[in-house]
Amino acid sequence: MPKYNLTVNKKKYQIEAEADMPLLWAIRDLVGLKGTKYGCGMAMCGACTIHIDGNATRSCSMPLSALKGKEKITTIEGVGSPATLHAVQEAWIAEQVPQCGYCQSGQIMSAVALLAETPNPTDEDIDAYMSGNICRCGTYDRIRKAIKSAASSQTKVGMNK
Amino acid sequence: MSVVNNRRDFLKISGLASAGLILGIPGLNAAQTIVKLDGVAAALELNPFVMISPSGQITLVNSRPDMGQGSYQAVPSIIAEELEVSLDKINIIPSDGNAQFGSQQSGGSSTVRGLWENLRKAGATAKEMLIQAAANKWKVSPADCYAEDGKVYNKNTRASFTYGELVTDASKLAVPTDPKLKEVSEFKILGKYAKRLDVPAKVTGEAVFGIDIVVPNMLYAVTIHAPSVQGKLVSFNDVKAKAVKGVKHVLTTDHSYPGGKTKAVAVVADNYWAALKASKLLEIVWDNSQITGSINSDQYFADMEAASKKPGVRAEETGDFDAMFAASENTLEGLYETPFLSHAAIEPVNATAHVKTDGSVEVWAPIQGPDGALEETAAQLGIDKSKVKINPTLLGGSFGRKAFMNFMAEAIDLSKQVQAPVKVIWPREEDMTQGPFRPAMMSKMRGIIGRGNSLAAFSHQAIGESIQGQHWNGIQAFRADDWIAGELSMENHKYGFGVHHLSYSRVKTAIPILWWRSVYASNFAWGQECFIDEMAHKAGKDPLKARKELLRNSPRDLNVLDKLESMLASYPTLPAGHARGIAMFRSFSSMSASAVEVAKVDGEIKIVKVTSIIDCGLFVNPDMVKAQTEGNIVMGLTAAIKGGITFNDGKCDQTNFNTYEVMRLQEMPIVDIHIMENQEKPGGVGEPGLPPIAPALGNAIFNLTGVRLRRLPIDLTDVG
Ligand code: FES
Ligand code: FES
Repeated sequence: MPKYNLTVNKKKYQIEAEADMPLLWAIRDLVGLKGTKYGCGMAMCGACTIHIDGNATRSCSMPLSALKGKEKITTIEGVGSPATLHAVQEAWIAEQVPQCGYCQSGQIMSAVALLAETPNPTDEDIDAYMSGNICRCGTYDRIRKAIKSAASSQTKVGMNK
Repeated sequence: MSVVNNRRDFLKISGLASAGLILGIPGLNAAQTIVKLDGVAAALELNPFVMISPSGQITLVNSRPDMGQGSYQAVPSIIAEELEVSLDKINIIPSDGNAQFGSQQSGGSSTVRGLWENLRKAGATAKEMLIQAAANKWKVSPADCYAEDGKVYNKNTRASFTYGELVTDASKLAVPTDPKLKEVSEFKILGKYAKRLDVPAKVTGEAVFGIDIVVPNMLYAVTIHAPSVQGKLVSFNDVKAKAVKGVKHVLTTDHSYPGGKTKAVAVVADNYWAALKASKLLEIVWDNSQITGSINSDQYFADMEAASKKPGVRAEETGDFDAMFAASENTLEGLYETPFLSHAAIEPVNATAHVKTDGSVEVWAPIQGPDGALEETAAQLGIDKSKVKINPTLLGGSFGRKAFMNFMAEAIDLSKQVQAPVKVIWPREEDMTQGPFRPAMMSKMRGIIGRGNSLAAFSHQAIGESIQGQHWNGIQAFRADDWIAGELSMENHKYGFGVHHLSYSRVKTAIPILWWRSVYASNFAWGQECFIDEMAHKAGKDPLKARKELLRNSPRDLNVLDKLESMLASYPTLPAGHARGIAMFRSFSSMSASAVEVAKVDGEIKIVKVTSIIDCGLFVNPDMVKAQTEGNIVMGLTAAIKGGITFNDGKCDQTNFNTYEVMRLQEMPIVDIHIMENQEKPGGVGEPGLPPIAPALGNAIFNLTGVRLRRLPIDLTDVG
């Protein structure tokens, strides 16, 4: 079986897997990070969203063979640290977004990528960027609010620097 | 999250088994009458535990699995209120299905309303024992002591003991049988805003769902089921599947569907991807010839329509509706319909089981009821319940689906066959195509406008398959399904029609069905509430005023409507091209009323704003009530405007979120939610917000376009 070198949340892993194994299953079952979720397996729900070099990617639809080995992969476990949460995670807590919570790793990874690209998103930006992430529990209203409050807290931090 | 998943481990860690106070609540041990998997039954009881270790660690048991509705916090909150401990200082562990915890089924929006009294008693009993222990130490009367924040204080000297310091003494005292409960005005936790304890772990990826369970040496399995659900397995070719690296076994397993059993084919591998990939290479021959009843949704709808032309089985009758209908000039009727729906929880069904060589079994699974799981597992393996350990996990959504545990049975059967721990995860396609589904139903509505334009007489004929009938064959042909009859009774809707008629026509189908968030209320509110509007319009009345007239003897419901009216009046005047509709429905002992505002934009209907009111009596945490109501708005709108489930040629047409769409963020309207505050008994929270959403939308579209829609789902791009 082919071997792959992965850098996940700044740590290096070597895994042995079939070339067509989606990154999702490599991360969950071989690297052992379970925060990234399976929902549809066909890039329809966003539960598996991670960052590859900062870009939000549906890991269920990215085979290992598509990786070059140099990519920096970030999952929900690496987006903040338990001691210092990311501003988006803080906002998620302040707005009490999660219900079941299953979709929320993917929601947060999408929101972090959105704010990295567009620090002050308009409603339309949020709608367009976040509509790839399904929340069956229906937390959309709070997601919108949390993104806006994360955006304004990030901007404030930026201004203080 | 400080969840210790295994109660035995917890006891080991805390040394509690030897020295702690483990309080059984007296008087609650009596055999309970629990209808198996009853999604609607009210007033379930439990026998909870409060555990306090001498080191001061307080552990409360959550006996209702958390699928997102917040029971993880709500259940301990009720105990903590009376125990006088703050939530940030306790451990919470799940119950394991054993009988001392009473019914442990999350379902029927029963958690808070079912446990309210008993859990408060649980907390109060423990508190009284701790106070007594302190009073004994100080040689004072318990009346001279009080409990606060995990300590007992001496009123006169201000001296105090922590609960940990008192627990050994307290555990030797007699258990009070009639503890005094706090007044509502004394509540510090109940009814107050609180942040949820499970949220931090849900934003860092640490929260452990069923799908995340890891057991050493575990194998992964995919099970493939008959597309017709009930089909018999004839043969399969696994040559290609077995060639996939990592695949260990291809074998069959028992598979149950509502009311029956067949075989499924399982691929077991050392990683999930191998199992998934191999499962797609299986060549399986199924035989549908023995299936009785239609596995075609069009056929089922045609059968329902035919049934609508014949009288149903009478469930309730006040006055002679039929005679009056025949004699009246001012009558109206309409046939309403709702489709099959998938629960489509974002975590597909899954379970992990380990049948061990000593004959015992351990199960980890996202299930709605550990008590039912314990019983079913023992029965499946033919072993004593003492040999079964159930570990309920967090559920990544459920909406009723994970109370039907056929996926768990597969994991157990496969573990037994391959003699290793096995985790089964149904691929989304199996989760979606196998159901069981929210049933499709019809409502034949008839009404009579009386003298003075009164809404005089009302008839609802509920038509479709019975959940109880399909699962347990418990519905006799001459009796109406009592879940439906209860939901649509005068007693439930409280509309004061002088003449009222309710009947039910069972129409069978082989398409599997199950309770789905709010059960039949999600079907029949559509017909009932749209038709009330139809009658109001025919009588030349404003629909809200017409409802108020009908509810003149139901002050609590009038309050809800008054509130809705004043909220709507407080909004800016509706712009041209906008319109609003309302609806209300009581389910699970709570009333919810909604208003939906729609607009026409570029020839399409846009849902602008949803206003919802819930009257659920006393509640635990207003923010959780609000969150559930938001969720119900989204799920109710999805049910109203997205495609349903259809069966053709013996298989489900929808397979994943590309063909079964759910609402997404860009479609989310503005929401405004109000929770009624009163001191009525707690009602349900997880479901009652859903039923009024679709009819409020239908009524809004009528007010905007003049088109009366009677069939769900609605295509917003193609209305009049
Ligand atoms: S699991 Fe990848 S988008 Fe759904
Ligand atoms: S919180 Fe449950 S699916 Fe989003």
